[in-house]
Amino acid sequence: MVLIRKFEEAAAKAYSIGKIGGFLHLYIGQEAVGVGSIAALEPKDYIVSTYRDHGHALARGLKPKPLMAELFGKATGISKGNGGSMHFFDKNAHFMGGHGIVGGHISLAAGIAFSSKYKKEDSVTICFFGEGAANIGSFHEGLNLAAIWKLPVVFICENNHYAMGTPEYRALAVKDVSVRAYAYDMARDHIEGDEVRKVHDHVKVAVDRARRGEGPTLIEISTYRFRGHSMSDPAKYRTKEELDSYKKKDPLFRARTELISAGILEKDLDALDLSIQEEVDEAYQFADESPEPPLSQLYQSVYAEDK
Amino acid sequence: MAILTYREALNRAMVEEMEKDPLIYLMGEEVGHYQGAYKVSQGMLDKFGEERVIDTPISENGFAGIGVGSAMTGLRPIIEFMTWNFSLVAIDQIINSAAKMNYMSGGQFPMPIVFRGAGGVGGRLGAQHSQAFESWYAHCPGMKVVCPATPKDAYGLLKSSIRDNNPTIFIESEVLYGTKGEVPEQEYTIPLGLADIKRKGTDLSIITWSRALGFAEEAAKILEKEGISIEIVDLRSLRPLDEQAIYESVKKTNRALVVEEGWPVAGFGAQVAYLIQKNAFDYLDHPVERVTQKDVPMPYAANLERESLPNAERVAQAVREILR
Ligand SMILES: Cc1ncc(C[n+]2csc(CCOP(=O)(O)OP(=O)(O)O)c2C)c(N)n1
Repeated sequence: MVLIRKFEEAAAKAYSIGKIGGFLHLYIGQEAVGVGSIAALEPKDYIVSTYRDHGHALARGLKPKPLMAELFGKATGISKGNGGSMHFFDKNAHFMGGHGIVGGHISLAAGIAFSSKYKKEDSVTICFFGEGAANIGSFHEGLNLAAIWKLPVVFICENNHYAMGTPEYRALAVKDVSVRAYAYDMARDHIEGDEVRKVHDHVKVAVDRARRGEGPTLIEISTYRFRGHSMSDPAKYRTKEELDSYKKKDPLFRARTELISAGILEKDLDALDLSIQEEVDEAYQFADESPEPPLSQLYQSVYAEDK
Repeated sequence: MAILTYREALNRAMVEEMEKDPLIYLMGEEVGHYQGAYKVSQGMLDKFGEERVIDTPISENGFAGIGVGSAMTGLRPIIEFMTWNFSLVAIDQIINSAAKMNYMSGGQFPMPIVFRGAGGVGGRLGAQHSQAFESWYAHCPGMKVVCPATPKDAYGLLKSSIRDNNPTIFIESEVLYGTKGEVPEQEYTIPLGLADIKRKGTDLSIITWSRALGFAEEAAKILEKEGISIEIVDLRSLRPLDEQAIYESVKKTNRALVVEEGWPVAGFGAQVAYLIQKNAFDYLDHPVERVTQKDVPMPYAANLERESLPNAERVAQAVREILR
């Protein structure tokens, strides 16, 4: 979680001085959801993410260097500089992408789970999306297909209560996304996302269920993003009081307090923080110093045969 | 004359039309409380209230359908797509419902609907967020396709689109929103299907629209110093298309180059090139050439994106090669 926080703080800085272009959607505040959920997975399992994918990628164990280099648009990036912030992909790590079209990836996740079932590999797919994405057709179609075919997939709605500037109460007829599971005769769960261990334990139940062949689950995890929707959003649609109230529930702070009360020494945690900061600084430097992709890459990968 | 941004000109057009006709409403993601993702609808919620400036959930196919249904029953919707990239989620409603409704009902259901929003390429937004789709929509009969390049055109063309009884695809250029230009204070409209000669010249005609006009104008300035005189035809709308303006220009200059932001294959420029060779063949001194975005999904890396985009230098180079 600390790695995600520091990685993104560094990314925000790089963005503000123009080293990162395009859109940059930060995950800061939501770390416990990605980390807790992905900790419930095995290496053979799959993850599908949105444009807010940095946290999920780091939680999956992808290294900060190629991720930061991707943000910088460098040849050493995880998608060779072709993708950028919204399109991290790592086939080996079964990290099946950051996707930029809201909700479009939900049926992709069902497809990946379909493939696991078809090939009789007992992999489970976790699909992350926001509550805003729960309104798009692909959500409904993806969940229905996953349910009728009992696909091994866990749909995780990271409800940070805003889709860009739209608060959930103006976009969802029924505020609790997880009850939509009833419409598809699917298992459901709904938890707060500020305690990483709790997130893990609940997601694990769903992952195990999927692995046993008992079908998909829709989990809603309530969370909050501390920054605007993306770097270009001043987030004027919410009050400072609201933001402050959530900052009091900062998942990093909670985890730290929990660790200390479990007997971990504060100085050890500080040392860990420091070494993580070093790792991030190295990633930044690596990204900064990496070469741009060769121009010959422009036509590579348009088709599978293009080398 | 007032100096307005492209964004302000669009805003003014919508506000004036909505003041006149209570059947017009604006609907889309973040158009109201957020004041528009690109602030085109700034202030409109206050002016017209939530009944006429309507925020939607992220459900493009759904609200495009709402728009079409309401247009069948007498309303005149303006449907904003946050960007045209997301219109693909709604392309079924746009093409299978809106474009054909009047035709397949034997003329019973005119479709006075405007689909509008930010389009175009660039800004390092990557493959899913940086695409020019006017060729896709222009492919389909039953719709009008409008792509303004200046604040003045944006205002006059949007007003005509809103008043039109056909579905209009009104593609605004995301990178032009902040550009300024003169807009007459007096109300005016610009008929759809009327091109504009943005620059007079004698050696070669550049045929273009939307943001690519800027590349053409910049190139023309570079070439002027080299003694080359460029005429620029800004189509402004692709459907209906002002063929006459194209032919007249080509008859004068005998050479044509089409410049567009979209992909080359089956792009609208291919249609223009075909029409020129069919209808102005005798006047051509050189095959019609094109400058487009390269035939790849948009890469994110700054140098690759730059390489893939059309620009003034590429336009100038293409002209030099034609004239060589
Ligand atoms: C189909 C589509 N429509 C609109 C957008 C523009 N857009 C990008 S993110 C976003 C809000 C999504 O909110 P939510 O799903 O709740 O996820 P969050 O950003 O809160 O994580 C919107 C409207 C898009 N990318 N795709």
